[in-house]
Amino acid sequence: MIVMRERSIVPGIVLLLLAAWFGFAVALANHYGLDVSFGISTGLQAAIAAIAGIVGAVYFLVSDNLGPSLKAARLLVVLGIACFLLGSWYGLFVAPPEKFMGQVQRIMYVHVPTAWNGLLAITFGFVCACVFLFKSDWKWDARLEASIEVGVLLSFLLCCQGAIWAKPTWGVWWDWDPRLTTTAVLVFAFLGILALRRFVEDPLRRAVWSSVATIIAYVDVPIVYFSVKWWNSLHQQQSSPQTVSSQFYLPLRMNAFGVLFIMTGFIMLRSRIARERVEQELAPPLPRAVEMQEAV
Amino acid sequence: MLRKELLLQWRTRAQFMAVFVFGAASLLLFSFAIGPNSVALRTFSAGFLWLGLLLSSTLTLSESFHAEMENRALEGLLLIPTSPQAIYYAKTIANWLQLALLGIALVPVMVVLYDAGPQSIGRLLLVILLGSAGLSAPGTLYAGMTAQLRAKQTLLPLLFFPLIVPALLASVKATSLAVLGDPMDQGRSWITLLSAFVAIYWSLCGLLFGRVIEE
Amino acid sequence: MEFAVDVRGVSRRYGRRWALAEVSLAVPTGAVAMIAGSNGSGKSTLLRILATAIRPDLGDALVGGFSVKKEREDVRRLTALLSHYSYLYEALNARENLSLFGDPNAVLARVGLAARAEDPISSYSAGMRKRLSFARVLLQQPKVVLLDEPYGQLDPEGFRLVDEVVSELRGKATIVMATHQVERVGKFADVKFELAQGRLR
Repeated sequence: MIVMRERSIVPGIVLLLLAAWFGFAVALANHYGLDVSFGISTGLQAAIAAIAGIVGAVYFLVSDNLGPSLKAARLLVVLGIACFLLGSWYGLFVAPPEKFMGQVQRIMYVHVPTAWNGLLAITFGFVCACVFLFKSDWKWDARLEASIEVGVLLSFLLCCQGAIWAKPTWGVWWDWDPRLTTTAVLVFAFLGILALRRFVEDPLRRAVWSSVATIIAYVDVPIVYFSVKWWNSLHQQQSSPQTVSSQFYLPLRMNAFGVLFIMTGFIMLRSRIARERVEQELAPPLPRAVEMQEAV
Repeated sequence: MLRKELLLQWRTRAQFMAVFVFGAASLLLFSFAIGPNSVALRTFSAGFLWLGLLLSSTLTLSESFHAEMENRALEGLLLIPTSPQAIYYAKTIANWLQLALLGIALVPVMVVLYDAGPQSIGRLLLVILLGSAGLSAPGTLYAGMTAQLRAKQTLLPLLFFPLIVPALLASVKATSLAVLGDPMDQGRSWITLLSAFVAIYWSLCGLLFGRVIEE
Repeated sequence: MEFAVDVRGVSRRYGRRWALAEVSLAVPTGAVAMIAGSNGSGKSTLLRILATAIRPDLGDALVGGFSVKKEREDVRRLTALLSHYSYLYEALNARENLSLFGDPNAVLARVGLAARAEDPISSYSAGMRKRLSFARVLLQQPKVVLLDEPYGQLDPEGFRLVDEVVSELRGKATIVMATHQVERVGKFADVKFELAQGRLR
């Protein structure tokens, strides 16, 4: 039975609103001639947005076993879709085409948010794995399964988008760029872990093994990145959002928060499903007690 | 512990020969993928060597836990008690030696088939030793995990292959530099990367192995 | 220590089936305890929990005062389990198998396998394997001996061997024995328990 303790969703909502405010609302208002930044510098705004966004998302993620979480998760998904639609509309129709890459560059407005959030989901999975190994609490196993699954999905989408972007830009579908290649390796590594979960019937073993495998695979990610980078050092450097105009980073950030909200909601819902399944596996009722005798 | 592992491997040396033949056969087959183009074959020789070794390693690794699972001997060892670390490192070292030996045994095959006489034999040996150490550490852990499952033949490579991408990459690069010549001495940085991989996974997997085999 | 083995409300599940349900029992130090029960009644599960091969899902048990949940290393030092798994390496011979546990020469003679000590285990019959497992248990010099079906697959001579060894160990160690040989063991057991469908009867 899932324990329903009440935990207010207000702090999470406040954090996410704060993040959204400094993430894109200020810039959006600015675009229409309003100043709502309270005099905070753009750099600090970005930092507040990123930190509040991550903390708020994590606040929701670790409340998935609590009372109002179902409602909160649905709310987040709806909110995320709204942000994402707004950001995409802005990115597709309002923002001007980029100087060098033209219309193609607009895929960046989904590509970069997917990348950030995919990495965030996998990182959360890694944290879940570590916590599970120390505390052996089942809710962390459920969160691990959920975040890895969503992380793999986002990373897979990332690979597809990368290929779509690479074709018109470099003339090939696949380019052995360190980021793209690392993502592909990551997809396979974590798909393996999801497959492992399918094949282990004992819930405890499944949980421990997938935690161990997650830690090992996560540690591998930076090593893969650096090795591929050395192996093939011919790629454009990442353009930092600070150097481009607000018309470029506005849709980027709206989508980033959109995907973040959707992802958080999905992980919460998915982890609930995983948890219910584990509860079913774990808690068959003890057979009815018959009279006990000390010795026969 | 280590003595037991080596003894076990010595008793099953017929298995080693079989794996070697498998590796050599795959080297032969790879050359059909390229065709009789001696320049290309020589260029890709390092990659083929490591792919052959990698494919053979899944056989070696899963076989190394067969003896442990047959009569649950691993459980017997744990109950003596033996620390999981001792069991893990004994097995990893034994697998390492076997893979390194396999790698060294495959070198002449590579030289003959691909006309890839190494420029620097010492460097080549070093790379094979390090590379097989990189394969054996996570490989032994995953083999211990999957040995207890029905779908072990599928799951071991599925978990193992993506993980060792950096080790494979570095080994192939360093081997190819050792074979084709290394005027800029780039091999050194690949060997450093390989050593880092080995150091990280030999310690990390040793820490985690206990959780994998304890029930 | 009054009780060498003290089981407190232990339950263990396999999948959705409870193999052991809320079993509580105690065996005094130095006693020989018999656990009877039909196949699948949970005898092996209980012994495996006491040997820390598996963990209980609910409850805890103390072996020599140590918890099988938390002080597994200590419990392992005290116990030796004769399991229905032989714990043997097929590719090694008897001497090599036993030398993982201690000096094999004396015990090999004790269980009557000295002549076959150099043969690989794969050439051994089921009864010989059982004798070898017995030798391993003796070699571990346990304070608590956990015997799961010690008479299984043995010849009459083997039966006598088990009886002898048990009477030798009596007083020096606590013995917990799961067996179908109720009449035979009933004669010398100090405490008797019976399990049925994972519960104590």
